[in-house]
Amino acid sequence: MESPLNRYRSFTVLVLVIFAQLVLLAVQVKNDQNVSVIRSWTVTAVSPVARVLEWGRHSSVGFIRNYVLLRDAGEENRRLQSEVDRLKVENVFLKNELNLADRAKALQSFAARVPSRTLAATVFASAAGSDSNAVLVDRGSVSGVERGMGVVTPDGIVGKVLKVYAMTSMVGLINDQDFAAGVATQNPQVRGVLKGQGKPMCKVDYVPFEDKIAPGDLLFTSGEDHIFPRGFPVGVVKSVRNGQPFKEIWAEPSGLRRGVPEDVLIILEGVHQDIPEAPSTQGVYINSSPPAAAQPEESASPASVGTEADRARAQAKAIGESQGHPFGSADGKIPDFNANHPLPPPPAAAPPGAEAPPASTRRANQAAGASPGGKQDR
Amino acid sequence: MSYSSGRILLSSQREGQVSRFRPWVILVVPLAAILFQVYIPLFFQFLKFLEMPLLVVVYFGLMRRNQIGGLLTGAMVGLAQDSLSKNPLGMHGIVNTLVGYFAASVGVRLDVDHGVIRFLLALFFYMFHQMLCWMIEQALPLGHQPAFKIDEWLVFGVLNAIVAVALFHFLDKLRESA
Repeated sequence: MESPLNRYRSFTVLVLVIFAQLVLLAVQVKNDQNVSVIRSWTVTAVSPVARVLEWGRHSSVGFIRNYVLLRDAGEENRRLQSEVDRLKVENVFLKNELNLADRAKALQSFAARVPSRTLAATVFASAAGSDSNAVLVDRGSVSGVERGMGVVTPDGIVGKVLKVYAMTSMVGLINDQDFAAGVATQNPQVRGVLKGQGKPMCKVDYVPFEDKIAPGDLLFTSGEDHIFPRGFPVGVVKSVRNGQPFKEIWAEPSGLRRGVPEDVLIILEGVHQDIPEAPSTQGVYINSSPPAAAQPEESASPASVGTEADRARAQAKAIGESQGHPFGSADGKIPDFNANHPLPPPPAAAPPGAEAPPASTRRANQAAGASPGGKQDR
Repeated sequence: MSYSSGRILLSSQREGQVSRFRPWVILVVPLAAILFQVYIPLFFQFLKFLEMPLLVVVYFGLMRRNQIGGLLTGAMVGLAQDSLSKNPLGMHGIVNTLVGYFAASVGVRLDVDHGVIRFLLALFFYMFHQMLCWMIEQALPLGHQPAFKIDEWLVFGVLNAIVAVALFHFLDKLRESA
């Protein structure tokens, strides 16, 4: 079979000769920019071809990479998935670290704020037994921990040390059935004993039925149990029922409100604090003016006017009249104002709505007057 | 002058007779044509219009009926012309190459021994030559705008065609007899 080049030999030679002469021509001639035409033609001819070739190469590589070599995509996907998993774990770890740092900072701030000497500890296990309300902390006798020490957090008291080992200690939680602590409300201070019941809620015992306590009242340690110094938050009163001779009060311990804390403070040396003042809920009492019809006739006199000056004036006038002294003239002797003369009645009485403070408040006030801030005995 | 009969077109390629020339003829005649173009106008200015190299290329193309031979003859003559002119090398080379090629192509189909055909073909290829030169000059950045003088080209084309008829008749004498 005759090849096309052989068949069109003459035309092929023509093209070659023309092309050769064109090249020859282009080599000699320069354009306006003093660039030889052959260079200009070459660049003009090659650039689009190169561009097309590059586009084709880029498209081919992209096609092969994106659609043909899916094996690489799968491998990359697995690698990325593995990296995502690793980053998730790392993220959780870092969040925990951050949370730990936040808790440690809060605990440190709290420890610095309270006057008692404390020791930070970490809860690392719960005691064996499904009904056990005790945990193990990582501080023991080596760190100075002793049996009976109180354990607190910024939220409230957590429990007390039951057993002490060299490196660890067992802490009975506030809701343990063997736990008890003296508590008091804010003003007026109602005192009682908080006892664990093995349930989330604790019972506040020994509050006389006449004491005033209501749901929502905050409970603080009273310092009477020789375990917790006075002034640490304990919990919130949830329900109150009247009973004989004591009220039935249930409270939610604030130290365990968010579960068993991971970081706690063991009170090595307790120092009493003041129980925070409750915000005043008593408004200003303004009595209404007495009705005019109820006033006696004498009340129209200046003596019935309630100021001390009016009373003194009325007294002086009565003394003078009783001794026959004519007020307003220069005659007559001067009356004896030191003579005994009954005073006019006081102008105002106590308002009918006002009540005397209850006995519990008086007692609380007396208790508040006791020496605060003493060192706790052990 | 022995022109062929009244038929212009050949019915087949076999009817056309391929002329053969001695090698020295193929070398000397173009060379003489080039010398004529560069030398004669020095003394006879009015003969400047004569495109003797072009006419020689047309003749050899028509008579040899060999396209490759025709285009190579045109290329050589054209490059030689360019070498002796101020034009860049290749300008007349390209034009004469095309002329030689098309002349050989036409010679296969036409009775190129006919006087009228020779006249017309000479006129056509002169116009074709001028037109191509103008186009190339126009395309290349040569620094000047070539003039498109079609009427002048026609006049000179006719004159060249007349000369071509006589020249071709003279060159026929240099053919080898079959």
